[in-house]
Parts: sequence; structure tokens; C-alpha cells
Amino acid sequence: MLKAAASAAIVVTDLSKSYGRVVAVDRVSFAVRGGTTTALLGGNGAGKTTTLSMLLGLLMPSAGRVTVLGAKMPDERHRVLPRMNFTSPYVDLPKRLTVAENLAVFADLYGLRRARERIDAVVADCDLGGFVKRPYGSLSAGQRTRVSLAKAVLNEPDVLLLDEPTASLDPDVGDRMRTYLERYQRRTGCTMLLASHHMGEVERMCDDVIMLRAGVVVDQGSPRELIERYGRGNMEEVFLDVARGRADVGLAGSAAEGIVQ
Amino acid sequence: MSATSRAVSDPAAVRYTGIGASARRVRAILRRHAYLILKSPTRIVSMMYYPTVTMIVWAFLTLYLAPTNNFLKDAPGFFIGAVLLWDVLFRGQLGVSLTFIEEFYARNLGNLFVSPLTLPEYVVGQLAISVVRALIGVGGACLFAWLLFRFSIFSLGLPLVAFFVNLLVFGWGIGLAMSGAILRLGLSAEELAWAAIFILAPVSGVYYPISVLPSWLQPISLAVPSAHTFEGMRELLIRGIFRWDHFFAAAALNVVYLALGAAVFAWSMRDARRRGTLLQMGE
Repeated sequence: MLKAAASAAIVVTDLSKSYGRVVAVDRVSFAVRGGTTTALLGGNGAGKTTTLSMLLGLLMPSAGRVTVLGAKMPDERHRVLPRMNFTSPYVDLPKRLTVAENLAVFADLYGLRRARERIDAVVADCDLGGFVKRPYGSLSAGQRTRVSLAKAVLNEPDVLLLDEPTASLDPDVGDRMRTYLERYQRRTGCTMLLASHHMGEVERMCDDVIMLRAGVVVDQGSPRELIERYGRGNMEEVFLDVARGRADVGLAGSAAEGIVQ
Repeated sequence: MSATSRAVSDPAAVRYTGIGASARRVRAILRRHAYLILKSPTRIVSMMYYPTVTMIVWAFLTLYLAPTNNFLKDAPGFFIGAVLLWDVLFRGQLGVSLTFIEEFYARNLGNLFVSPLTLPEYVVGQLAISVVRALIGVGGACLFAWLLFRFSIFSLGLPLVAFFVNLLVFGWGIGLAMSGAILRLGLSAEELAWAAIFILAPVSGVYYPISVLPSWLQPISLAVPSAHTFEGMRELLIRGIFRWDHFFAAAALNVVYLALGAAVFAWSMRDARRRGTLLQMGE
């Protein structure tokens, strides 16, 4: 049993995914404490999106177990999906529908009773008012990212999975999005798992970090712990150490124990 | 950006179990495609265009042949009725397949299937959209048939409902199987969605009785629900009788084809979850 599992919103145990002979995720174990933000870090192809997909029930694991809010994924996904949501650069919204129409469709999918009230709220929260009646396909990349975030918080999820949520945003909008997510979490107690290549974002937002390389968890801890453990000045340098295989420091021990509370 | 709103946190604000919640998710799929169809006059015209033009061609052929042909004199709506009913089958199939292809192009499958939407709910949404598409496409052609040639498809009476339902349901079965093929093979299989139905045209006996088919082909024809429907339509137009045997044969076969189509789609969805393609699909 992982140390953090008792209070964990997400528990992943020996999770693996193979495509033929290619092993994308290899016996990954970790736990994400409820109400915290955890980063899933790694270079391109490290297995972050594959792991997130298995947490969402979009991808069936080759081996291992995933539980989210006590529900086994993917078999019990319909019990917990109403309490989850996500954003990902790998999905999009219908381009010919306006922002308001897209949100109305997802309000129905998530069974929101006071849909109009909630849509108005997320439009205000994510600052979509200026283009809410425009087709989604006519928006800039940054505007689309904000709409995707609005979709992701529409049902006020208890678990929010964010795959590179600020990748296409300028620093100003990116900062406002991060502030919004921080406030959102404080207000709702939501658990967030964030895959990001933005190390400043990770240091600012995340309580815990899980580092992946070639489908394997190579280290985990809080940003401060990792920076100290690697003797570096920031997470950017820690990331480079791990991604380039220079991280021989304390790899096995912390990875096996799960996130230290 | 602020995070001051609070509407969903109240548990009463969210409902995701029970028939009412399922109905709302089906409505969401219907709404998503209704927005797309109803706001685009081009789409509506293109839905009516093909059946209307085909109907007009067959109607003129009827006008040309009728003076020298006793059969067409007695049943002038023979070809027009056949064209219109064939299009019910085509629109039924296309409505289901295109609904799915739209999600492909939009890269929206990932969003849909991490929501509480279940596959059966999604399928019901697809079927509902196909009814809308069939009514728009065939409805437009029916209107022109009456305006231009004074032929009313409603002259078939109540049996029209039986023909319509049997052809639509057969179209659903094929459409679901095509959706499964597209999910498995990707958008390169999109052409299948447009062409699949036409392989059935020769054995469906749309414009001729299946007795004209070679003897080895007739059993195959009788295994296709549309063949029974068009045989039934001819009996009604020529002899004025409704053939219950053809109706029940078509209905029974439809149960089989619909179950097969749904099974192919469900298998493809499980396969997509195994291969991880739900997040990767798109243009």
C-alpha cells in the first residue's frame, strides 16, 4: 500500500501499457493526494499522455490498477466520470459551433441542472465574454485554450486532469489561467494532475511532482525536495537532469514509496 | 479571471444517473448536430438535393414511358415511390455514419467519451440525428414530387410508416457497422460510409421485382430487409394489398442487422480503448 493511498484521490499501482513490443508505460505506481496539485513531468514520449488517458478510462492498461475517487478504471468509469474532467491538446471542440453552443452541449452531457447560470459563470471566470457567440473554429489558439479550460471546469470536477493546459498561451494569459486554477482549487478542493513542460508553472502550482522517463517513474517529491535532492536552482535544471539521464540521485527509493505527505 | 462562481457544488445542481440524465445526454448529442445542421442552409439544401434530382429524373422517365406502358399507367408513382423510399435507407445509414465522422473531424471523441456519456446513449443520439436527416432529405424530395408531379408519397397510406421504419432501421444497422469500420480503419474508410449502401441496391430490388434476379442471387436478396420492403411496396402499388409476410421478414432481419451493426461498433470502441486511438483521431 502506498503511503499516500489512504487519503488519495488517485491511486496508480504497477500500471503498464504496451503497444506490441513498445512499452509506453512500465509498472508505474503513484498516488495523488486529494485536494492537491501534482505534476506529471517528462520529456516527449515519456508516457505522460498515455498515463493520463488510462486515468480517464480512454485507454485500457496492459497491466496494473488505477482507482480514481475509489472507482476502478476503466471498468467503473461511469461512476466517476461525472466528477472528473480534462483538457488536452489532443482533443478539440466542434469548430462550427459557437463557444456558447459548445458549452451548452457539455452542460447537458454533464447533467447540469442550472446550466445557463453555470455557463454564464464560467464565461465570466475564463473571460470568454468577448467571443462567446463566435464559432470556436474562428478563435485564436489562446482563446481556444481558455474555452477548453471553461469546458473542463464546467461541471466543477473533483478531479481535473490537465495536459499542457497553458502550452499555447502568452505569458499574460498563461499567468491569469494559473491564477484562475489556483483559486478554483482553493474554492472547490479539487485534485489536479498536471502534465506540463512549463517548469515555472510546476514550481508555482504543484505540491508534488512525479517524474517519468521512458515510461518509468524515475523520481517524485515536492518541487522543493527535488530541487534540493538534485542540488539544482530550479525545476528546469532538475528536469534536464532527469530527461538527459543525469539523475542518479535517490531514484529508486522515493519512486517506490509514493508521494511523501 | 476569477473563480467566484459556485453553481455545481450544490449536489442538487448535477444529475447524472437515471433515465432523465440519460435523456439529457442523448439530447446533448442531438443538440450538437442540430446546431450544425440547422444553422447551415447549404447543408440542408445538400441533404435535399440528391433525392430531389433523382426523383425528378425518374419522374420524367415515368412520364415518357407511361403512355406506352400499361403497368406505369396503373401505377404512375412506382418509380418515384421507389426513389423516395430508397433515400430513406440511404439517409438512415448516412445519418448515423456522418454523425460519427463529424466527431472525427472535430477531434471531439476524447471530450465525449470522458464525459458521463455512455456508448448506448451516443448511439441513440446518432439514430435520432439520422431520423432528422432522413426527414429533411426525403421530406424535401417529397414536397417537390407533389409540387412538380402531383405525386404524394402519403398516398401509400399507413403502410408507408412500415416501409419507412423498416428501411430506416436497416440503414441504422449498416451505419453503425460503418462507424465501427471508420473507428478501426480511420478516416481513410470514410468513402465506405458513402458507398456501402449501393452494394445492396442490386439485391434490394428497388426498381424491379427480385424474381428477375438470377436464381442463385434470389436467396441473398431475401436475406436483405430492403428487398422485402420494396417487394411490399410494389404489391401495394400494383395490387393494393399490404404483404404482412414481407413486413415481418424485414422486421425480423432488421433485428439481426441492427444487433450486428451495434456489436461491430461496440467491438471497435473497445478496440480503440485498447489501441489508444480515441485521443489520436482526427484529420
